[in-house]
Amino acid sequence: MNGRRLWAIMQKEIRQLRRDRITLAMIMLMPILQLVLFGYAINLNLRGLDAAIADQAQTSASRALVMDMLATGVIRPVATARTPEEVVDLIRRGRINVGVVIPPGFEARKLDGRPAAQVLVDGSDATVAGAAAQLAQTPVDSRLPDAHAPYASTPPVPRIVVTSFYNPERRSAINIVPGLIGVILTMTMVLFTAIAIVRERERGNMELLIATPLTSTELMLGKVLPYVLIGLVQTTVILALGRWLFDVPIRGGLLDVYLAALLLIASNLTLGLLISSRAQSQFQAMQMTFFIFLPSILLSGFMFPFSGMPRLAQWIAELLPLTHFLRLIRGVMLRNAGLLDLWGDALALVVFIAVMMAGAILRFRKRLD
Amino acid sequence: MNDAPAIHVRGLSKRFGQLLAVDHVGLDVPRGRVYGFLGPNGSGKSTTIRMLCGLLTPTEGEIEVLGLRVPQEAEALRRRIGYMTQSFSLFADLTVGENLEFIAEILGVPRERKRARIAELMDRYRLADRRQQLAGTMSGGQKQRLALACAVMHEPELLFLDEPTSAVDPESRREFWEALFELTDAGTTLLVSTHLMDEAERCHRLAILDRGQLVADGTPGALTGALEGRAFLVESDDPRRAQHALSGAPDVLGVAQVGHALRLLADAGQGDGFAAAVEQRLREAGQVARLRPTPPNLEDVFVAATHPGGQERAA
Repeated sequence: MNGRRLWAIMQKEIRQLRRDRITLAMIMLMPILQLVLFGYAINLNLRGLDAAIADQAQTSASRALVMDMLATGVIRPVATARTPEEVVDLIRRGRINVGVVIPPGFEARKLDGRPAAQVLVDGSDATVAGAAAQLAQTPVDSRLPDAHAPYASTPPVPRIVVTSFYNPERRSAINIVPGLIGVILTMTMVLFTAIAIVRERERGNMELLIATPLTSTELMLGKVLPYVLIGLVQTTVILALGRWLFDVPIRGGLLDVYLAALLLIASNLTLGLLISSRAQSQFQAMQMTFFIFLPSILLSGFMFPFSGMPRLAQWIAELLPLTHFLRLIRGVMLRNAGLLDLWGDALALVVFIAVMMAGAILRFRKRLD
Repeated sequence: MNDAPAIHVRGLSKRFGQLLAVDHVGLDVPRGRVYGFLGPNGSGKSTTIRMLCGLLTPTEGEIEVLGLRVPQEAEALRRRIGYMTQSFSLFADLTVGENLEFIAEILGVPRERKRARIAELMDRYRLADRRQQLAGTMSGGQKQRLALACAVMHEPELLFLDEPTSAVDPESRREFWEALFELTDAGTTLLVSTHLMDEAERCHRLAILDRGQLVADGTPGALTGALEGRAFLVESDDPRRAQHALSGAPDVLGVAQVGHALRLLADAGQGDGFAAAVEQRLREAGQVARLRPTPPNLEDVFVAATHPGGQERAA
């Protein structure tokens, strides 16, 4: 390994990148765009669902129940209805997601212990249905149960109390922004290096390079190292915007955050190199990148909870660097864990990097055949 | 000067699947000369050059370049050879200066020599006023000069040039060849592949390749001299009909129209009466024509060498 040649390759990469304005812009715009999209649009804790309420009882208790439901902020009345049929019709026409029906016999039903009111939900969206289910938890009678009245129906008291640590308000941004660092790094870093070497092959530069004393290691490292810097810039953009737009805290050490990011950057860059050593064209390299990217998004725990996935999917997820990074970054940023507390996932990434780099260097031949 | 050949090749073959791209080629390239590979597209010129540089692994055969066995010792060889690829392989999105600097670093030109060497090359190949220009925006001839400057950056003993001037105009081509002869004057050995006859004529020695086989090898003078007395110009009123009447004749290897005349190459072993016999044959076909002997050229050599049965080799 020759430092001069390594530096020459790095310098060349940086110069070429500097002239590629569109790619440079994408490097900066992609994190911003994705952060805003994911941060605002993907809100798993839904509020303000469009609703209509048909209160056929019109008693003080029924009005109190409606007020309680509105006070949760989960629903927002946008249409009026008098009968259950009207509510169903509104749902069918897509005017509302949720309808509340309080039948005329509300008071009597309350006393007999029959269901006193009904929440109708547009179940075609599971997230909406889940959010609306909260409404059913609204106590029908806000009066405190009277201990001296054994005949009065006692409202169910939850026997298990859930206490949410680290994100008590259940804001999705807190969960999504740290993960987004991983998603964006996976998308950009793999693609950049996957294309980097294939492009030289396509443009004919490779024939010139391999006819020189340049070694495979120098070529691979020289192409990858400039992108490490870009990855760190992207990480910083997401951290800063996450803090500023969504108030996402960084509870652990900043150094740990960047170390975790570095591990993921290196994993993705070396994976990109391996793709690059296989792909014959830029198009192929791009397809292989997406082949890795989709499972990363779906299985890593970024979108769906890891523990809910079937065993096979979990095994596949363990092979993806993003899975381990998500555990690291959520641990560090949200739970104030150190990388040492999470050494298992850190080690997994180190092993991944070593295997990918060795694979790429071994596969790359200074030959045309 | 070292008398051992710069390149020594025996029984070299390369197979790509079903295709035998290079078929048992053997050659010796002397030092300090321009050695040409002449052949049509697909004749195995590029494949042979790539094997000689160690970029392709031969299927069979022995290669020794500058005393090093290839591909086993290809890494050591790479410091001593220059290679100019067929298509422009420098970085289109770097400037001329940046390309030269990059190549100087990669080829390990000593730091204290680098600046002077780049200045010298830019001066010699008239690139000095283009230093800040992106390489991709230059003309064909300028790109070739830049590629040559990069290929000789480390002052290689042996330079491979794969069809260096097929994409440039005749003016640039002449200038480029002057640059090549300057290099041989300085002792560099050059191996140039080409499919252009005028370029082949400039080489000190030639190997003619056809469908992967070496069909002729020698100096241009010796190759054309061997055909002395077999090339004729046919002057007739209707050259196209005369060509039609002559093609396919067993004693005629090739007829090609050159302006208003036809160029005819006779098969080996034709006597003095050949010209009269052909004139007689044309008259019988209703053509008035006259045959004049003309000095053979490399095109005739090529036609003779690639003609089926025209070469005395095992069929």
